[in-house]
Amino acid sequence: MSILIDKNTKLIVQGITGNEGLFHTAQMFAYGTNVVGGVTPGKGGEWALDGKIPVFDSVKMAVDATGANCSVIFVPARFAPDAMFEAADAGIPLIVCITEGVAVQDMMRVRNYLDQKKVRLIGPNCPGMLTPGQSKVGIIPGNIAIPGNVGVVSRSGTLTYEVLYAMMNLGLGASTCVGIGGDPVNGTNFIDVLDMFEHDPHTEKVVLIGEIGGTDEEKAAEFAAKKMTKPMVAFIAGQTAPPGKRMGHAGAIIEGGAGTAADKVLALEHAGVKVAKHPEEIATLLK
Amino acid sequence: MKLHEYQSKYIFSKYGIPIPKGRVAATADEAKRIAEELGGRVVIKSQVLVGGRGKAGGIKVAKDANDAEQLAAQILSMHIKDLPVRKVLVDEAANIQTEIYLGITNDRAARKPVMMASSAGGVDIEEVAHTTPEKIIKVHIDPLLGLRDYQARDIAAGIDLPRELWREFNTIALNLWRVYAENDATLVEINPLIINGDNNKLMALDGKMIIDDNALFRHVNLAEMRDLDEEAPAETEARRHGLSYIKLDGTIGCMVNGAGLAMTTMDIVKLFGGEPANFLDVGGGAGAEKVAAAMKIILTDKNVKAVLFNIFGGITRCDEVARGILAAMDEVKPNVPMVVRLVGTNAEEGRRLLADANMITAETLVDAAQKSVKAAGIKK
Repeated sequence: MSILIDKNTKLIVQGITGNEGLFHTAQMFAYGTNVVGGVTPGKGGEWALDGKIPVFDSVKMAVDATGANCSVIFVPARFAPDAMFEAADAGIPLIVCITEGVAVQDMMRVRNYLDQKKVRLIGPNCPGMLTPGQSKVGIIPGNIAIPGNVGVVSRSGTLTYEVLYAMMNLGLGASTCVGIGGDPVNGTNFIDVLDMFEHDPHTEKVVLIGEIGGTDEEKAAEFAAKKMTKPMVAFIAGQTAPPGKRMGHAGAIIEGGAGTAADKVLALEHAGVKVAKHPEEIATLLK
Repeated sequence: MKLHEYQSKYIFSKYGIPIPKGRVAATADEAKRIAEELGGRVVIKSQVLVGGRGKAGGIKVAKDANDAEQLAAQILSMHIKDLPVRKVLVDEAANIQTEIYLGITNDRAARKPVMMASSAGGVDIEEVAHTTPEKIIKVHIDPLLGLRDYQARDIAAGIDLPRELWREFNTIALNLWRVYAENDATLVEINPLIINGDNNKLMALDGKMIIDDNALFRHVNLAEMRDLDEEAPAETEARRHGLSYIKLDGTIGCMVNGAGLAMTTMDIVKLFGGEPANFLDVGGGAGAEKVAAAMKIILTDKNVKAVLFNIFGGITRCDEVARGILAAMDEVKPNVPMVVRLVGTNAEEGRRLLADANMITAETLVDAAQKSVKAAGIKK
């Protein structure tokens, strides 16, 4: 059926009264996500979405009042590290940070702290997650994917939508789609999600969408060769990216000759993973 | 954001890391006066934000002030890897007994900073890593605790530093950690850190720092150090608008939302026989003004023969993007063909807005790539 989120997910939104926070809260709510509350310090006691969702001053208050078990963060980059610490300290086991542009040293502190608390973080700089027909946490448009048995994991945002959309057009649905984000230091990596898909009885095939920079795709290839029994299709963005340049995502950079698309494609092909030439081909290779 | 050597060393010295006496000069005359003040032999070092300055002839030793003037004039007229030399650093010459490498960078796989040191200093550390990796000592630093004293001692011992210098080395290593942590650096590097033959003390002869752009909001003083001469004007302009733009050599301009999709759009243009003219991510939540600015930046590149807009609406709503495109069309009046693909949130409204604007529309990514290659007049 799904990993990480489903119809039982009780979600709060940190930064619910901001522009993006409010817009996407409405979208998530309309999709059927169980949004139980929001947090904006100083606005506790107010209501969002025409009185449908209560706003709290702190994550702790929101958790105490609603029993929330997941938080999605829409606060600006300079406040996002504090929002992640706050959610972890309030006992939220699954944090999804959409915010782009968090300083990397902040992220190293956040990640190391959350690891000690055994809290799972998705992102930052990610589109969040979608379990079609059940729950949507983040900004992935709900109307571009249908329920199905393909698990999708990606470092990208809109590129992932592309793939979901192409899959839908061929009648292929997703079990869960997880956007792990494009930052060099993030909360959850490819292999964490591959492992979850491998153990999810309702996921039968897996799509991995990677890009230049770092070695996470190579590690995923190694994991696929050793641990994955389910068929995988991959796509790597950045074949034409010049070295030494940061391609939008903080983590998408070829450094010292390492992290090229060619290396990643080779590693994945070696591991028996089919690699698509362009995103629309992914859906065809899944058939 | 890269800092120049003189900027990095100035920051090092504020944190108690010893550096040579010296100052920066923009003219040969200034260099001469600094050399006179310093007296004796000086080193003239070009200040450009690329590696390999020494090999390119951008670092020279002058025996006196007149020599310094001459060499500075020569170096100030140079280009190193296409970058003009606009400043030189005039440092007192040091008596180098031993060259050590000491640096801190982010190890993204370990999600921790890593301090690296080597007794094989003064050369490119990546080269050392390739040829003699055993000569590099690496110590991961807990980002919540910082560098521990014992870790610095382990490094000193690991590079066979004479024991009488351990205490001094410890101070430098811990101060370098503070430079890294307090300035949100992604790289701090002393190469070489020397043992000075005149007094048997350690000194940072060179300095390199890269600052995390995402942290500049809390380092206003550092942000002001950015050398705008060192980057393409279009990239500066893009950053001013919060856009991510990288110029390439092709003829098909690309405007895409999302970095991954932007890279993919470049890749697919190439796959279907075209060459991308740029990488451009208009980002999440891009409004009309941002899109208009993006379009102007793409069209400043005279190689551009067609523009491909590939917008998949998530956080960016397609109607906003369409309004942006229309506003930009009004303002820029482009004379190259436009291929537009809008899918996702509010896509119908976006497409309706563009219907009258005489644009080539595409349904799929493949279709969009093929149409833009055709529009740019590329024949297979």
